[in-house]
Amino acid sequence: MNPARKRRLIVVLLIVVGVAIAVALALSALRQNINLFYTPSQIVAGEAPIDTRIRAGGMVERGSLKRSQDSLQVSFVVSDGVQHVTISYHGILPDLFREGQGIVALGKLNPAGVLVADQVLAKHDENYMPPEVTKAMQDSGMYKQFEDQKER
Amino acid sequence: MTWTLFHKLGSPKWFYEISSRWLPGLACAAVLLLVTGTVWGLVFAPEDYQQGNSFRIIYIHVPAAFLAQSGYIFLAVAGLISLVWKMKLADVALQAAAPVGAWMTVLALVTGSIWGKPTWGTWWVWDARLTSMLILLFLYFGVIALGQAITNRDSAAKACSVLALVGVVNIPIIKYSVEWWNTLHQPATFTLTRKPAMPAEMWLPLLIMVVGFYCFFAVVVLMRMRLAVLQRESRTAWVKAEIERTMPKRTLR
Repeated sequence: MNPARKRRLIVVLLIVVGVAIAVALALSALRQNINLFYTPSQIVAGEAPIDTRIRAGGMVERGSLKRSQDSLQVSFVVSDGVQHVTISYHGILPDLFREGQGIVALGKLNPAGVLVADQVLAKHDENYMPPEVTKAMQDSGMYKQFEDQKER
Repeated sequence: MTWTLFHKLGSPKWFYEISSRWLPGLACAAVLLLVTGTVWGLVFAPEDYQQGNSFRIIYIHVPAAFLAQSGYIFLAVAGLISLVWKMKLADVALQAAAPVGAWMTVLALVTGSIWGKPTWGTWWVWDARLTSMLILLFLYFGVIALGQAITNRDSAAKACSVLALVGVVNIPIIKYSVEWWNTLHQPATFTLTRKPAMPAEMWLPLLIMVVGFYCFFAVVVLMRMRLAVLQRESRTAWVKAEIERTMPKRTLR
């Protein structure tokens, strides 16, 4: 490579590296703001502000879903395996909502530590499976193991 | 080093000849793969245990998202060659690929949004993956707009190359956004290190679609480049001869 090209190559690479460092610094400074949601551990530790709209995400705890008999009011517990946060919500839950499923809830935290949600989004995981496989796994008892693995 | 081949590829005439030999094969492969993949994916692949049939949009969404990012890396490489080696063909490639990449990004965003509504319960959410993908679209728009706005060909090439190179920083951010931050978008189903979180009868048609999309991208970019080369070199003898050969009835103005 002739010297002029080599010099240009070095200048260009330096610019790209410089921009990459600048962006990396900016992103690490904004780290908390880019997170879509707070985890239950962060909420319990008091990192999430009270009385402002926040998002909370985690797995819906098995057996924690309570539906009201005469309204759309529901409450359930989300956890990240360490801490738990109760979420109350009034409205229709998305199709993928079920116990053991990851969700993100938008709402305000009340002083009692309960998140009063006005929107609940279901988080899909990266696993895809045909229903027959699910059924076969359920029959052989493998499915529970698979679900437990996902939760961990 | 095989610098001779590299410099030979920079010659418009040589590129025009060699690309006319590649095009038919690539075009056939693209059509064959896309048709097979679409039919297999949309009709024969099994449905998902949670999402049912709505997961089938993956067969468009994932290849489009792959191409949106690969297309931008292609722009950056072309930009680097254009800046360092001052090769005009690299500049042609950059301008030819930008709109195609932008369309792929639009396709990925739209299909993702359509899938997000039934699955997540929302069309759009400002999570890191979706936002960085939107930034990628704006980067494409920036490259296209710069190329169109600057009339001087050399300064346009320089400006576009710099933007394409600087914007490439966004690509690892898109890729790792789902791991660095809490996002609503799920992590990658396919990684090089682990086995795919999907059975073979689901990922085989997806693989076919991805390869098909790459072939399609190559065909469209090559065709656009060939046209641009003809326009740029319209005064040279070989272009006049080529036009004489393909369209003997027309007279050149």
